[in-house]
Amino acid sequence: MRISINDLHKAFESRIRLGIMSALAVNDGLDFNSLKEYLDVTDGNLASHLKGLEKEEFISVEKSFVGRKPNTKYFITKTGKVAFDNHLKALENLIKSQK
Amino acid sequence: MKQEQRYIEDIAEIRSMMERSSRFLSLSGLAGIIVGIYALVGTYIIYQIFNFHPESILSGEAQFESSSSQSPKVYLLGLGMLVLAVGTAVYLSAKKAAQKGERAWNASSRRLLVQMAVPLLAGGILILILLAKGMIGSIAPLTLIFYGLALFNAGNFTYREVKSLGIIEIILGLGAAYFMQYGLVIWAIGFGAFHIVYGIYMHFRYER
Repeated sequence: MRISINDLHKAFESRIRLGIMSALAVNDGLDFNSLKEYLDVTDGNLASHLKGLEKEEFISVEKSFVGRKPNTKYFITKTGKVAFDNHLKALENLIKSQK
Repeated sequence: MKQEQRYIEDIAEIRSMMERSSRFLSLSGLAGIIVGIYALVGTYIIYQIFNFHPESILSGEAQFESSSSQSPKVYLLGLGMLVLAVGTAVYLSAKKAAQKGERAWNASSRRLLVQMAVPLLAGGILILILLAKGMIGSIAPLTLIFYGLALFNAGNFTYREVKSLGIIEIILGLGAAYFMQYGLVIWAIGFGAFHIVYGIYMHFRYER
């Protein structure tokens, strides 16, 4: 089996995006603030990465209100899960093949 | 070679994020040991100094009268122990989280607390209702059972070992309900001895 760097999805090049996908893969939905706490990033930085992943349709967004405060919750989509799993597999194979 | 290093770090980051975001892993083992000691000391005080023997509830009205004058002191001591125990657990867990460069108050710990709060509140209110009806003997078995249920539930959101401790507490609670005259002794085993055993195990397994 040939494994190349091409199998690595370029949407996951950033550690922050990788972190977002990892957290969403094991949780059924996380809100913006929880993600921010786990990743320890600024609002703007997180928002731009979330937008990027949303554009790829790897995550879905659900907006609601808690009292009067807007609350945005993020979920991993099926496409996102498949892409993330493939990326993980590619990473593992690349490490194995280089040993 | 540089690339490879990056892939390994990527995988480490993924694993760590999956773990951190699904479980609260800063629960302190040391706190388990200290809380266990509180429980043992508290039980000793109740038995020796207050001379409080709840088993007398079963054997007749007369003895119950004599021990009931001590009841307020016992309740106060129990409340004090609870505050001290929760305070110690929170303080040491926050410290452990800070050492790891994490926040103690995050989505994982909030979820853990909510999961524990439901059985604990239900049990706490039930015990207060029974106490109001004079059933002092129900305290030991019910605190053990509901605490055990809370731990069993919590085990899904923190270290798995917490689940086993929960099952032990539930079994002890049921035992304490059947052998009500030994309620306080069994309570001391559950909250004292087993907390210490659990704490030592966790401390050596995860905190060294």
